[in-house]
Parts: sequence; structure tokens; C-alpha cells
Amino acid sequence: MQKKDIGLAVLIIVVGAVVYLRNPLFLSPINLGNTANLIGLFGLFAIGQGFVIMTGGIDLSVGSLIALLGVIFVDMVGKFGVPWPLAMLITVFIGILLGLAHGLLITKLKMQPFVVTLCGLLIYRGVARGYTGEATAGFPFGASYPQLEWLTIGRSFGVPHSFYAMLLVGVVAWVVLHRSVFGRHLYAVGKNEDAARYSGVRTDFVIISAYVISAALASVAAIYFAMFTKSVQPSSHGNFYELYAIAAAVLGGFSLRGGEGSIIGVILGAVLLQELQNLVNLLGIPSSLNFAVMGAVILAGVLADQQFNQYRQKRRASQAMDTLARESTAPA
Amino acid sequence: MPTDAAPNEPLLILENISKVYPGVIALGGVSMRVMRGEVLALIGENGAGKSTLMKILGGVTEPSSGKIVIDNVEYDRLSVSESQRAGIAFVHQELNVFDNLDVAGNMFLGREIRNRLGLLDIEATREATRPLLAKVGARFSPDTPVESLSLAERQQLEIAKALSIDARVVIMDEPTSSLTMSETRTLMQVIADLKAQGIAVIYISHRLGEVEECADRVVGLRDGQFAGDLVKGEITHDAMIRLMIGRDLKSLFIPPARPVGEMILSLRNVRVAANPAASVSLDVYSGEIVGVAGLVGAGRTELAETIFGVVPPLAGEIRLDGKPMMARSPRQAIASGIYLVPEDRKRTGLLLESAICENISLADLKSVSPRGIVSRAAIEARAENQRNSLGIKAASVQCNAAELSGGNQQKVVLGKWLSMKPRLIIFDEPTRGIDVGAKSEIYTLLRALADAGVGVVMISSDMEEIIGVSDRILVLREGRIAGALSRPDFSEHNVLKLAVGAN
Repeated sequence: MQKKDIGLAVLIIVVGAVVYLRNPLFLSPINLGNTANLIGLFGLFAIGQGFVIMTGGIDLSVGSLIALLGVIFVDMVGKFGVPWPLAMLITVFIGILLGLAHGLLITKLKMQPFVVTLCGLLIYRGVARGYTGEATAGFPFGASYPQLEWLTIGRSFGVPHSFYAMLLVGVVAWVVLHRSVFGRHLYAVGKNEDAARYSGVRTDFVIISAYVISAALASVAAIYFAMFTKSVQPSSHGNFYELYAIAAAVLGGFSLRGGEGSIIGVILGAVLLQELQNLVNLLGIPSSLNFAVMGAVILAGVLADQQFNQYRQKRRASQAMDTLARESTAPA
Repeated sequence: MPTDAAPNEPLLILENISKVYPGVIALGGVSMRVMRGEVLALIGENGAGKSTLMKILGGVTEPSSGKIVIDNVEYDRLSVSESQRAGIAFVHQELNVFDNLDVAGNMFLGREIRNRLGLLDIEATREATRPLLAKVGARFSPDTPVESLSLAERQQLEIAKALSIDARVVIMDEPTSSLTMSETRTLMQVIADLKAQGIAVIYISHRLGEVEECADRVVGLRDGQFAGDLVKGEITHDAMIRLMIGRDLKSLFIPPARPVGEMILSLRNVRVAANPAASVSLDVYSGEIVGVAGLVGAGRTELAETIFGVVPPLAGEIRLDGKPMMARSPRQAIASGIYLVPEDRKRTGLLLESAICENISLADLKSVSPRGIVSRAAIEARAENQRNSLGIKAASVQCNAAELSGGNQQKVVLGKWLSMKPRLIIFDEPTRGIDVGAKSEIYTLLRALADAGVGVVMISSDMEEIIGVSDRILVLREGRIAGALSRPDFSEHNVLKLAVGAN
């Protein structure tokens, strides 16, 4: 674990302790279970966003993708009777294709990530609303899919399966980002794309992969969200979710310039965001202030991190000055 | 109230200036003075403290101790605006012009001339710019977009800008590193003009020939200390090198240890995307160092990048060891053993914000990653190896590349390739911005590589280097090979003749 991650973990524990002291319901099994579910859902695509931000890019299309793929998945299973494992594969496959399109536009046609994925945000939302005619996509009355439900909204040992899914993805992502050759290449591309290319890194491939990973994890999350809400209201489902993902990554120590960040960090970022939502609910703060609390905490967190770094640098400088003073007074 | 100093009084005095960074003493009590109308050259190896001293003078860096006297006004430290008001102007190594503005806009940036409505008065700005440009002999007009100026012209603009704020000391940091030879001539003339106007110039350069030509006095720095100075008649090449490194430098040329062997690389009628009209044919044999000379813009870097696969060739044939090797990407070139040490280390050579060890393994992660999992221990061992064999000066291989001096950064780039299996290495300006000591280490290394049978191509704009290190010189002009010289024909005159195409 990096120092930043430890700092974030401490913050999560401190906030948790404060909330618990004000409202002991915080640690009740029901609340913990619900929060864990939300952490799992949001964590899944936040990890994907982390890969994109690592390259110095951004993926704004995530929320709309979750709505569009949610509609598609629910309709395939509920309306067209596609077996759910196949529907899952198709959903993820569509996600991968869209991620591939983002990546190709960004690398081969040299478009800016912000523009490409902003257009994605608009297009996917519009298609979802147009396709359903603004109607809510849902399963037929009384239909049930026991295996699918067990997999997505079931629990084992009291912990929701979405959380396990996030952990599993997290472990794989951790190995990929922090221990594999591909991960090193991702860091290198984020730090200096030109130098990476001149060192033989297939930079286009690395960047495209990041967008594919992001879209693929967003489509997995889309399935979990659709099953969690049981119906998908195309104009509001997944709204602003890309911003949750970006916020989680930034809280977790990712730099929007690229080349910096860790998987543990982004997961902890997702945990903290859900904890703050929970705090708003449990402490009786009007839920309309939800975003304001989140924004304030992110701002304070990033600011504190920077100030702390500056302080450490200054301290090192003054130590060096002292050493010099001692050396120059000592007899040669 | 500052008054003009009398001609024989110092304009600027630095007394006992120190600057300490964590773990490094950049300056340990340096004193010096600058007279009116004097061209003072500041020389020293990289890391000797020249840049730090100048940054202190420019108000960018605060000194840890010492004082600065300008026109009898004493300062403990200068802010950027105090420095400017005192008449100190900087012409930066990396030029500080905005290429999205025109010349006049750059000249008056931050002190724009306004009309009665408080809006920009573009006409008045251009009129005011005209005489300033004339002063430095610039031949472009005030409404030229800076985008379309050459590097030398941008530099003239910067000097003109310095003069427009009544500069009395102009600091030039490596002003000729990107200039062509004729542009350098023009700069020398501008310096002479400044001097005639009573303006002092502090000239920082690694190009000792230029220093010899233009300096009235030379101050040497070594390891952050004043190393001595030379006055007019004493300024010779050897004396300056002694001042910088504290010893004599052996002659550059190291004779090859083995005869020229088999052909490694051959190009036949290769057309480079940057110069589609020209075609290039050349051969590189094992055991020799092939120098590639030419003016800036002659297409040398573009040729290197074509061989390395950055920009694939339009036509022609490239063979490595007799087998066709047209790299479509650096990745392919690297896989076949063709490596490039690029001209711009910071942009294309290094991950500055990454550790030395990460940089050294970047191009060959597979071999330090058993079963696809990167081994920290293997990365560090590999980097330690290179650190020892190349003598990279760093506290540890975990230091970021950005913390190293230019010479050590270049060694990291070299370490990356030497830890693999080079067949041909192209060095593009291998010693640009590198101090004298590290330079000779790099020359020794080039020779060792050639002797070990690796193909060595060295692109250089440094005449001394190209003549002193190569076994054979190819001169490029407008994308074509204008001629080849073998050792008996080596001379500055011959290289220049081919480079400019004079008959």
C-alpha cells in the first residue's frame, strides 16, 4: 500500500467512527450490507475509469453506457426471452465494442478523449431514451430469474455479491496494473507517451485497451445496476455516474494528467464516496446537500494531500540546510 | 535611486552567493562582478551551478545566503520584477515566446499598449516594435506570427524584448544550441552591438569556440564553487577546459581497435516523409563510428527516426545484416536491435517522473518479468548493473530521472539500450547539454560499442565532436547526402562546404 492509500484508509475509518458515534445504526448489518452493495456497484466501473485516467484520458460516457446497456440487458432478458448468460455476454460485448470505438477515435483519429466520451455520454443517453420512447424498461410482472438474481443481488455470508464481484475485479486489476508488463506500459504511456513509444511500447494499443477495460467494466456494472433497480428509467438511470468514478479515482490519488494512481486507491475512493452518502442519510442532513458534501470532501482531501507534500519538501530542504551549516562550521 | 555606474565600476556584484537544495549544495559561496559593456562568459560542467546562479539573478530562485549589488543597491534576494526593474534580462535556453501571438504582441506582453477605450492598440504596438527589431538586426516585421519564425528569429525577438525593457545585463543561456552556423554569426554580431551600447552580456555556453570569440572575460564554476577566471588574452580552448574540469582533456579522437568489418546497415534510395524529393543511400559497417553532419533542418533527425520506425519511409530499402528491415514502428526496430538515443531526452528519451530503474527496463520488460509478472528485484538488479558500468551518479536507482543532471540522464537512456542486445545504435546529438567530463565518457563508450561490433551512427551539430569522434562523416543537405568524408579529409571547412552547398 502506498502512503496515500493509508491516508485515505485512515480518513475512511475516522469518518466512520464519527458517524457511528452520532448514529450507531452505521454499523448495523443492514446498513453495512447496503453500503457494501453500493461500493461494489460503483467500485466496478470506478476501477475501469482508473485505467483510462492512468493514460491521461477520461471516460465521460460511463453513466450513459450504464443506462443504455441496462435497457438492452433488461429488454433482452425480460422482453425477448434471451437466456440471461447469453444476454450478459452480448451486453458486455456491446460495451467492449463501444470502448474499442472510443479508443480508436482517440488514438487513430487523434480526437481528444474528453470530446469523444462527451459525445458518447450524449449519444448513449439519447439512444436509450429514444429506443424505449422514454418508457421504463422492466421485467414482466411476476417473472423471476433465480440464478441471475443470486449472482447479482444475492448475498453470501451477509455480503452482497456485487461487492465480491468488485473485489474479484479489483484483485485482477491490481495484478494487471501493478505487477504486469501491460501495467508498466500503462504507467509509461501516462507519464510520457512519446518516450514510451520510442522505447517500443505499443502506445495506441495500451490506450485503446484502457478504454475497452473501462467500457467492459461499465457494462458489467450496468448488469448489476439493472438487476439492483429491477427496472431502468432511461432518462435518470446512471446520471452523473461518470463523475462518481472520476471522483473516486481522484480521491484515490490518480492524477488527471496521467501516470499516477493505484487500484487500492480508487477502491478506497469509491468506499469513501459511499460512506459520505451514508453519512448524509444517517446524520439527518437533507439529502439535497449530498453533492455539496461530496464536493467539499474531495476538495479538502486533495488540498490536504498537496499541502502535506509541500510541507514534506520544505522540511527536507531545511534539513539539508542544517547539514550544510554543520559541515561548513566543522574543521576541514 | 539607482544611478548609472561609471564605466569602470561594476554594474553588478554578486557576493558569496550560496544555494542549498535537499541533499545538494548547488552553490557554495560564489562571488563575481560584471562591468558595463562587458561580455562575461560563464562556463562550467552541468551541475556546476551556472543555471542556479542565473536563476538567482533573474529572481526565479532565492539564494540561501549572500548578497546581490546592482548599481550600489544591495539586495538579499531579488524577485522577478525587482530583477527586471534593475535591468536584468534573460534570453532563455528554451525560448519563452508565445507562438500563438504575433511579434508585436510578444514584445509587449504584460505591458500592452492600450487605446482610449482600454482595448489593445494594435497599430501603436506594431509601430513601437519596429525600432526595437531594427536594433537587433531582425529582418521580420512586427505583424509576423511567431509561429512562422525560425528559432534564431525567435531568439532575436527575445533579445529585442530584453532591450525594450532597458536591460543593462542580458543573460544568454546556451543561446546557440539550436542555431545554424550562419544564425550563430548573426548572434555574435548582435552581442557586439549590445556591447557597443554599454550593455553587459553574461554568456553561458558549452561551445568553447564561441566563447573564445566573443568573451572579454571568462568565469569558471566547478561544483558550485568559483574555479577561477580568464581575461582576454588568456582565453583559449585548453585553458577553459582546465578551468571547468580542473585537468587537461585528452584529444577527442580514440582510434578504432579493430578494422572495419561487415556491413550492418544499408539504405538504398530511402525516401523520408519529411523530404520526399530526396533519396538517401548509405552503409554502416561494424567497427566504425559514422558521423552525420549537416545544418539544422537538413533532415538528420528525420532520417534517424525513419530508420527507427517512428515515421516509416515512403520508398526505398533498408537492410540490417543483409536482411530487409523496414520498421513500421519503434517496437519493430527495437525487436531487431536498432536503437535510437533521441535528440530530445526529456520529450522522447525518458520518463522524467519515473525512477531510473523503471526507465532502464522500459523497453525490455519481458525479460525482467517471469510469467508476465514484473519482478522488482530484476528491474533493480538490471539498473544497478548499468549504474555501475556507466557510472550514473545518483543516490539510488529509485531516484526519479528528473533529479539527475543532463549527463546522467543521458546515461540512463544509454543504460536502457545497453542492457539489451544492440545491433545498431543511432545517437542523435548525444552530448547536447552535457558537461565536458560526461562528454568524453560518452565518446569512449561510442568507441567501445563500435569495437564490440555494434553499428554506431552519431548525428551531431557540434563540429568539434563530429570531427573528433567519427571515423567517417556523411554530410546531409536538404535531405540528401551531400558528400562523405574520410578521416584524412576531415576539417571544419570541408564539412561546412558540403553542408551549405557552396561551390
